[in-house]
Amino acid sequence: MGNDILVVAEHLGGTLSDTTFELLGMAKKLASQTGGSTVAALIGGDDTMLSQLGAADLVVRVGGGEIADFNPEVHGAALEAVVAAKQPRIVLIGYTSMGMDLASHLAVKADLAAASFAIGIEAGDSVVVTSQLYGGKMNVTTDLGSGPCVVSVLAGSAPADDGRAHGPPASEDLAVPPTAGKIRFRRLIEPEAGDVDITAQDMLVAIGRGIGNKDDVEVAEALAEALGAAVAGSRPLIDAGWLPKTRQVGKSGLKVSPKLYLALGISGAPEHIEGMKSSSTIIAVNTDKHAPIFNFAHYGMVADLFDVCEELTEIVEEKKG
Amino acid sequence: MKLVVLMKRLPDLVEDLEVDDSGKALDAEFLKFTLNEFDDHALEEALLLKEATGGELTVVAVDGEDVDKMLYTALAKGADTALKISGTGEIGSTSHLARIFTQSLADRSYDLILTGVQAADDRDGQLAPTVAAMIGAPCIEVVTGIEHEAGKLIVRKEYSGGVLAEFDVEPPAVLGIQAARQTPRYAPVSKVRQVQESATLETVTLAADTGKSFDIIRMTPPETGAGAEMLGGVDELVKVMESKGVL
Ligand SMILES: Cc1cc2nc3c(=O)[nH]c(=O)nc-3n(C[C@H](O)[C@H](O)[C@H](O)COP(=O)(O)OP(=O)(O)OC[C@H]3O[C@@H](n4cnc5c(N)ncnc54)[C@H](O)[C@@H]3O)c2cc1C
Ligand SMILES: Nc1ncnc2c1ncn2[C@@H]1O[C@H](COP(=O)(O)O)[C@@H](O)[C@H]1O
Repeated sequence: MGNDILVVAEHLGGTLSDTTFELLGMAKKLASQTGGSTVAALIGGDDTMLSQLGAADLVVRVGGGEIADFNPEVHGAALEAVVAAKQPRIVLIGYTSMGMDLASHLAVKADLAAASFAIGIEAGDSVVVTSQLYGGKMNVTTDLGSGPCVVSVLAGSAPADDGRAHGPPASEDLAVPPTAGKIRFRRLIEPEAGDVDITAQDMLVAIGRGIGNKDDVEVAEALAEALGAAVAGSRPLIDAGWLPKTRQVGKSGLKVSPKLYLALGISGAPEHIEGMKSSSTIIAVNTDKHAPIFNFAHYGMVADLFDVCEELTEIVEEKKG
Repeated sequence: MKLVVLMKRLPDLVEDLEVDDSGKALDAEFLKFTLNEFDDHALEEALLLKEATGGELTVVAVDGEDVDKMLYTALAKGADTALKISGTGEIGSTSHLARIFTQSLADRSYDLILTGVQAADDRDGQLAPTVAAMIGAPCIEVVTGIEHEAGKLIVRKEYSGGVLAEFDVEPPAVLGIQAARQTPRYAPVSKVRQVQESATLETVTLAADTGKSFDIIRMTPPETGAGAEMLGGVDELVKVMESKGVL
């Protein structure tokens, strides 16, 4: 094992994700703690992506256009090969849809200590990771020991700007390792457009499972209409079919940053926070005074969302005449 | 198709969580447990697959408080066999749990293992890819759709912004389910009670295994830092909105 920090560069549709740069910034800090260098693994990438990875001291490229589309089996095996070749001290992977296919796979295959849901990492004699668990209700700090480890990092845990540097870094190529071909990529399916674009709204009335049932979505719609806002929601409401997919805010939904984000009956799970934390003003209403959303909101109110909706709708309608 | 669903209970996150005197664990006294919501989606997707293609569905869980009820509920919803694993001792991590599940399935054949995409206490990784790596099977996480066609599976995986990727997967495989095609069904209490009287849970007893334990240094509720300024009523909320120029 060396002292290097390896970052897995993530890309979709030819574009590197913000997470990649967040991890690179984090890696540079960690490398200064371990005395190693920052290495990026670029699997199925291209030259444009390479030129954006200047924050790394070295980029290991595995394959190119022929494996541009993510495949858990192929990319998993490629990452194993990079780790075997470079023997890093810490592997950083985004806690993203793709990252979830890679991190635990690598931990088992390369016998690495592992931590998930990470929001902070310190590297001394051992690597100490703080994870945000229980839907954001507890932070757990774990000692991963002095051996090599893999850490899945929540999006937004470090500023992306620290990991952005142009100019092509040094790079070397590694052959794509053979796999059994049990998973085959077929196609990407883009979402259907046509509904309200929640990323373009000044104000969002965002509802969560606290709304209770489908018929009560009307209550939020009435408030949104009075305010001239659009209704957005947390994932469970979309999964239940109470709101269209285009209204979903969060990790697998859309990232929004309106002037006002009014969160009603949303607990504030990390996957939701990821999508709305850069809103200018966040006001949260929740009956649970310990709801994690209060750690991210600028203003909070421990109250029943129905009471708030009703009173607020009346006041707004009155004001607007 | 032979289907297996791995299920796990979690503290109910709507309840207050307290740290115990060790400063490293949740205070068990106040915990209420529920089935991991993503495991509930995995079960629903497995039930839909069973209904569409025939086959057999086995649900598996490690013994603990309320686990019998969780397994009987799965039987009431349509699972054929419920397997309860005992003798394991305290489960310390996801990799520990994965090893227990793989040991308990060692003598069984299956085409597809489904479980939730994640659990809120996944300190060291997710169950589906960990189990898959241990048994050498292909795995896809964040799955929102499965079709079974001519011996292979067509699997949809979700990225961000509603973008999906579609893959062909050759069974036996492991899938981490984000959401079933429909809201998980509800089993009426009377049905669960009826199953409880007529069906039996199969049990496997494994030797205690302490697992790879990582040292938890501490557990704390997140610092609120410059957390929310708490408002006393809607009138104050209106003032904030006015001051921000949105009203
Ligand atoms: C890979 C992955 C991707 C995901 N992507 C997303 C995503 O894009 N977006 C997303 O939102 N989630 C996402 N999730 C799901 C996420 O983990 C949570 O399950 C989800 O955010 C919880 O939604 P919620 O806050 O509405 O529900 P809950 O966590 O159930 O919270 C409901 C809240 O309502 C409160 N409440 C209840 N009744 C009332 C009332 N009358 N008045 C006021 N408050 C009330 C409760 O106290 C509680 O805090 C993802 C999960 C995974 C694994
Ligand atoms: N800014 C805040 N962020 C999160 N929770 C809060 C905040 N203010 C108060 N609370 C919760 O409200 C409870 C009562 O707090 P207090 O008003 O200080 O008596 C505390 O236990 C907190 O959990």
